[in-house]
Amino acid sequence: MAGSFTRMIGGRNGAVLLASLGAGTMATGFLMSDNPLAAEVRTKLYPPSSDFPDLRKHNNCMAKALTPAIYGRLRDKITPNNWTLDQCIQTGVDNPGHPFIKTVGCVAGDEESYEVFSELFDPIIKDRHNGYDPTTMTHPTDLDASKITNGVFDDKYVLSSRVRTGRSIRGLSLPPACSRAERREVERVVVMALAGLKGDLAGRYYGLQDLTDKEQQQLIDDHFLFDKPVSPLLTCAFMARDWPDARGIWHNNEKTFLIWVNEEDHTRVISMEKGGNMKRVFERFCRGLKQVEQLIQERGWEFMWNERLGYILTCPSNLGTGLRAGVHVRLPNLSRDTRFSKILDNLRLQKRGTGGVDTAATGDTFDISNNDRLGKSEVELVQMLVDGVNYLIECEKKMEKGQDIKVPSPVTQYRK
Amino acid sequence: MPFGNTHNNFKLNYKVEDEFPDLSKHNNHMAKVLTKEMYGKIRDRQTPSGYTLDDVIQTGVDNPGHPFIMTVGCVAGDEESYEVFKDLLDPIISDRHGGYKPTDKHVTDLNFENLKGGDDLDPAYVLSSRVRTGRSIKGFTLPPHNSRGERRGIEKLSVEALTSLDGEFKGKYYPLKSMTDAEQDQLINDHFLFDKPVSPLLTCAGMARDWPDGRGIMHNDNKTFLVWVNEEDHLRVISMQQGGNMREVFKRFCVGLQKIEEIFKKHGHGFMWNEHLGYILTCPSNLGTGLRGGVHVKLPKLSVHAKFDEILSRLRLQKRGTGGVDTASVGGVFDISNADRLGSSEVAQVQLVVDGVKLMVEMEKKLEKGEAIDSMIPAQK
Repeated sequence: MAGSFTRMIGGRNGAVLLASLGAGTMATGFLMSDNPLAAEVRTKLYPPSSDFPDLRKHNNCMAKALTPAIYGRLRDKITPNNWTLDQCIQTGVDNPGHPFIKTVGCVAGDEESYEVFSELFDPIIKDRHNGYDPTTMTHPTDLDASKITNGVFDDKYVLSSRVRTGRSIRGLSLPPACSRAERREVERVVVMALAGLKGDLAGRYYGLQDLTDKEQQQLIDDHFLFDKPVSPLLTCAFMARDWPDARGIWHNNEKTFLIWVNEEDHTRVISMEKGGNMKRVFERFCRGLKQVEQLIQERGWEFMWNERLGYILTCPSNLGTGLRAGVHVRLPNLSRDTRFSKILDNLRLQKRGTGGVDTAATGDTFDISNNDRLGKSEVELVQMLVDGVNYLIECEKKMEKGQDIKVPSPVTQYRK
Repeated sequence: MPFGNTHNNFKLNYKVEDEFPDLSKHNNHMAKVLTKEMYGKIRDRQTPSGYTLDDVIQTGVDNPGHPFIMTVGCVAGDEESYEVFKDLLDPIISDRHGGYKPTDKHVTDLNFENLKGGDDLDPAYVLSSRVRTGRSIKGFTLPPHNSRGERRGIEKLSVEALTSLDGEFKGKYYPLKSMTDAEQDQLINDHFLFDKPVSPLLTCAGMARDWPDGRGIMHNDNKTFLVWVNEEDHLRVISMQQGGNMREVFKRFCVGLQKIEEIFKKHGHGFMWNEHLGYILTCPSNLGTGLRGGVHVKLPKLSVHAKFDEILSRLRLQKRGTGGVDTASVGGVFDISNADRLGSSEVAQVQLVVDGVKLMVEMEKKLEKGEAIDSMIPAQK
């Protein structure tokens, strides 16, 4: 009898029927232990239209791109790791956004998310990356730091230089989706590779779970320690699960090369130093990245990368190079000029406060970095930053002497 | 999470020790009970709607707890969670609910006539009286797990049921997402409005997803009966008023609940209930009656008496500040309510509050006169 009962009714509908018949919880569970029927019944009982999120008060890239038709086609798909569309967009549903700041509103759970849900991700990528069309364009990768020219800034103006990016380990799910075992695997793979770095890159790993008070204080003083995410943009995307399990920080003894493990991406790679030698910072960055890549390849691993999207990271905003190259620079005269924002726009640069994204500038010192991530190579972006910062410093010097400045013409978008 | 059996089969490719959470710094019920062996035994299970062990425990993994406050550290995603994961949940329930055994039966008694007294608590001391509980609607998964479609289904059914009430229960439903500023201010002033959960105990369990979609508040015109829809449970039902007439509060509570239940049953969606666990709610701590009956009462002298906590313990009552759980008392006014939820009925639990508060007010009066209260200290209830 149990057999025919199960075939007749399955899934949620079955639960309702059984429940109203007075069947106890145990019987219900026993009769419904199989799932294949459940999915079908669920779709009938809850068609995509019943689940479509209310995005009328939302202002993020996902809300702009997601239509009921797209949702209807993608809702019941899954990636090979069982990641769904609803999981990709949860952060954008939960964070309607700000009238002035346009957040992305979705994340990838694995490399395949960008393929399985391309109908949603492609228009978001195009919107966020100034028209870059993943269906027709290819992304160039170039980590040859020797090509950078004029990459040493005047120390009188530039207080520090920094380049960061992220890298994901192919075959393991990304921070929104990964299980504890996967996250620990990422940590194992990366830490083992980093242990092979030598010379000026030799360093040490600090697992967040096992930090001593002394180590913690030192990392805070060095401005290296990252904290459990509190931003709802990240927590609603499931990235803070199981904190601080398998999270940590690696840095070289000279404190100029730093890697975060399992924060918002598998790894975040940072090269930095005081002063204006961006060329050296970028050189170390490229060298370090190549060596780490070699070390993981020796063990049969590789980074997530493809021709269409470049380096694959959790947030679509970081696709391509994932690169933010920037300086802390003093611009007391220029920053007061009404043309400052326009100049930055045309140079394809952005300003932030010296506390990072969404902080206010203190005094006359700004964090100036590249806007773009996808569609231009690392070398191109760093050169644009270098040229741009040199231009800003020229303006500042001119204004010190009472001379006037010019707004530069806009830099070109994409290579032909 | 509402996303079916996400990732679970994929995770089974990894060894138990690689997936088992690090609970070495944890202090909650789940961490006390979950061993690697148990995790290995039940991690491949799922409920019919796809809720898994990792879903159940995520909130407890993410919130290690406090050395003094013992949180539960797990939630149910649907009615079947309590069955499919009974290896984990039965010992937690036993620990949390005073040794309640898997074979024990829970008695439900919502017959307000069975309450003795309760209409004569001295209003000079008892400032307000309140009874709350939760209800889950059969056929839907619970707040940690439900999809937008389900949550809206719950809201629709609830609105139909609640807006069809009449007499003293006649009222209006305010959906959170279309509230006007004026309505919002009024609800805040009435202390009715519930906010998006910020407690990581709730957010890590997935209960704040899609806020404020499908959430709302219904209250009657008299502002003495209030229902929250889709906050931490499908429904939270509250009866309250100024003064000490707990009997009237409890009567309204029972009558209101019964009326609502009838309407849900007519639509083929009664409340989740069984004879072992009583009313099924999201958090195992609210099983049984899910009832918290309490008063705001002035006890400035008694509350600083050396035996205050022992008296409360013997009376099976607990104290909170007047801001609710985890707040401090202001001006000697305490929130006193029943400590138990599972293993005794609604009538029995409210009776303990009524009798216990009456006794404590007598004690307060005695202390005001400078007399001793040692002879009044009760035996363990």
